[in-house]
Amino acid sequence: MSTILIIFCVLAAVSIATAFLAIFSRNPIHSALWLVICFFSIAGHYLLLNSQFLAIVHIIVYSGAIMILFLFTIMLMNLNKENEVHKPRITRLGAIVSFCLICIVLILVFINSKPIVGEYITTGEDYQSIKVLGKVLLNEYMVPFEFASILLLVAMIGTVLLSKKEKTEK
Amino acid sequence: MNNILNEIGIENYIFLSTILFCIGVFGVLYRRNAIIVFMSIEIMLNAVNLLFVAFSTYHQDAQGQIFVFFSMAVAAAEVAVGLAILVSIFRNLGSIDINNLKNLKG
Repeated sequence: MSTILIIFCVLAAVSIATAFLAIFSRNPIHSALWLVICFFSIAGHYLLLNSQFLAIVHIIVYSGAIMILFLFTIMLMNLNKENEVHKPRITRLGAIVSFCLICIVLILVFINSKPIVGEYITTGEDYQSIKVLGKVLLNEYMVPFEFASILLLVAMIGTVLLSKKEKTEK
Repeated sequence: MNNILNEIGIENYIFLSTILFCIGVFGVLYRRNAIIVFMSIEIMLNAVNLLFVAFSTYHQDAQGQIFVFFSMAVAAAEVAVGLAILVSIFRNLGSIDINNLKNLKG
């Protein structure tokens, strides 16, 4: 068992365990913090796959921006009390059964599908440094890149409009 | 430079992201708190992103990573709009229990 495989197993165990803990914690703030650890371990996977820029962007966007947004919303609504009513028992049982079924079926499908034979290709050329990624992003994917900026602008305006207090009612 | 997948194997990444995706589905089904449901959706998006990066390494091609960038932009926009909707729901109903959102029921 090589070192890289051990690192992969540890990271995978951490991400799966923290994802479960994020779902099962009663307190929303605790589950947000577990989710931060989960995102960090996924960034570790990206580093393991040698895509450093993506790992940094993932940490900045997910663990930084999105989780701050979540925590801010939780504190704004004052939800850090553990007073949530559970779903009825039959619904929770159905959720657990469907989780086990979908997991088993998908994993069995992937095990029984045609296995990959032989070695993985190694072209040796650079394909994931910031230089190459920037060239691909701004040459071949120029139009989607611009549309992403429009999407972000529209999302920003929509958020401001949605969270503004309505004054016309009173 | 050696391909890292020679040591780990693409199957392990497929299994890992399958399990993460299923955890996300489970969270959506199991919890009533709408914020936890959003977090589960984030877990599902991350599982798919991880598989994109793994296959980008498998094919030795940058396009998978470019797609992950766009998926991150969409996820950020989705979270911002979704949380704004949650805040306005909380203002109107006083809770974010998703079982209270029955006004559209016929």
